Amino acid sequence: MVIALPRRPRAFRESPSERAFGIATVAILVALMAVTLYPLMYVLVASFSLPGELTQHRGLLFAPLGFTLEAYRRVFENPVILSGYRNTVFIVVVGTTINVFMTALGAYALSRRNVLFRDPLMFFIVFTMFFGGGLIPTYLLVSQTLHLGNSLWALILPGAVHTLNLIIMRTAFNAVPVALEEAARIDGANDWTILFRIYLPLSWPVVAVMILFYGVSHWNAFFSALVYIRDRDLYPLQLVLREILISSNVQNMATDVSSGDVLAIGETIKYATIIVATLPILVVYPYLQRYFVKGVAIGAIKE
Amino acid sequence: MRTTATSLEVVATLPLPVRKPRWQVVSRDLRRNKHIYLMLLPVLLYYVVFHYGPMYGVIIAFQDFNPVKGVFGSKWVGLQNFQDFFSSVYFGRLIFNTIALNVLDLVFGFPAPIVLALLINELRWNPFKRLVQTVTYLPHFISVVVVVGMLVDFLARDGLVNQVLATTDPIAYLQSPDWFRQLYVGSGIWQHVGWGSIVYLAAIATVDPQLYDAAKVDGAGRFRQMWHVTIPWILPTIVILLILRMGAMMTIGYEKIILMYNPLTYETADVISTYVYRRGILQADFSFSAAVGLFNSLINFGLLIGANRLSRRLTEHSLW
Repeated sequence: MVIALPRRPRAFRESPSERAFGIATVAILVALMAVTLYPLMYVLVASFSLPGELTQHRGLLFAPLGFTLEAYRRVFENPVILSGYRNTVFIVVVGTTINVFMTALGAYALSRRNVLFRDPLMFFIVFTMFFGGGLIPTYLLVSQTLHLGNSLWALILPGAVHTLNLIIMRTAFNAVPVALEEAARIDGANDWTILFRIYLPLSWPVVAVMILFYGVSHWNAFFSALVYIRDRDLYPLQLVLREILISSNVQNMATDVSSGDVLAIGETIKYATIIVATLPILVVYPYLQRYFVKGVAIGAIKE
Repeated sequence: MRTTATSLEVVATLPLPVRKPRWQVVSRDLRRNKHIYLMLLPVLLYYVVFHYGPMYGVIIAFQDFNPVKGVFGSKWVGLQNFQDFFSSVYFGRLIFNTIALNVLDLVFGFPAPIVLALLINELRWNPFKRLVQTVTYLPHFISVVVVVGMLVDFLARDGLVNQVLATTDPIAYLQSPDWFRQLYVGSGIWQHVGWGSIVYLAAIATVDPQLYDAAKVDGAGRFRQMWHVTIPWILPTIVILLILRMGAMMTIGYEKIILMYNPLTYETADVISTYVYRRGILQADFSFSAAVGLFNSLINFGLLIGANRLSRRLTEHSLW
């Protein structure tokens, strides 16, 4: 579901200027969609093209030049990409689980009305949105005090709760009817049961948004890995991508080709890598779209 | 206050609400809500360690910090690190670049989602409305590494953009300081314009359709309806987001810039946060870079408080 806007039916008689306005609107939005999608389409089409023909070709591309899966074969034979995939999947699964669990605990506790220290604790948490120690003290804490350097936990624990997500979830929990909770309490349920059996199921759309936001941010994160991870076999996917795309390091995937062809094959390898790294998000995106609009809307209300 | 025995007796007989001692209230609350506090424990522990820990650690900004000696053994130097930064040759350039990127983003990046939302609202055919939204939200989910990777590839000297333009003198855009700002802000709009429009679309969705009908009866065409109905309706949202944006005028993240820039473009691309990253993480100059970071955080905090105060006065909406 996307946002349902008020219907804007056609006027009985449109003036020429109104018609021009309507046509211009459609034209601008079609152009915007083309600009949004074309780079991705180019990458997709180029990744299937024959490397030699691609380097010969100049200008835009609307269909693959020939067809080969050679670039994909090389990408999937690259051990660093495979271990990157493995590390990223670990971070996404474990990290998101911890994120959602911790966020739910905090949001539930801080949505209670009769907790004595709720407001000071809320201030204690929200304050961190506006002021922090900054990059360097955080780096020293994680790598030197906690000795998490070169460990995947350094990519998971320091971001265990995003405060804005906690606020969004708390807002959603506030909308759960009190009567349900009271009925459960009479039946002897404690707070843990109420959270996991009533609040979370009833707030499923927001939980889905949390999974999406946390999951995507883990999938796309590269900076903490750049700072904390030294071993190449602990690199998450985005750090491998950075080497391939930005530092143009494709040699180890094209060892068996002559130096003249490395450049040509390297281009298609880059494109195939982009597709391989982005595809999972593009696949789940349509299913999650119906939820995230809701999450953004709740966050906006809070602002 | 001194009281006599008689007045105590009088007080005791009055039907005043009995105020329990504070500790009794607290212990009753802790007992009744023990599960709640148990739930909060890991969350609070996280905030203490990973947020308040670094806030404590920032005292190295006032030291000549030596990792071997630690925070307790290192020498105190007062404001020396700050003075070094203020008198550094990079100080002016870093401040200017940080503000320049923010101003460009404010002028071009801020209005873009508003315009998009208004245009989407003018569409009549619902499937097309949905399609535009689906397509424009999409790039928000693409990683910054991939976005910059595509920029590097398409904007290279022999890349797609130069091929299409087919000029005799191709430009290596990402090696040119003259192009960095446009590319940074432009690619940001490309990636986030759709996502940013959601907030405004959510506001537009609450417009009472009767308002459009009334405007139509008064002879307003589509453009005048937008001008006199839609825009006034979403104006509070715009004002709040604008004020908050003003509160972030000295904030620029390092993630995208450190992927995009190189020594050739430092002249326009290097901002405070990227400088902190290079001096602190790459050159291990911890105290100096912590001081630069703290300086930036304090300015951001001050700007945000100012913006919030302004917002409360002008719009009755505020963050706190």
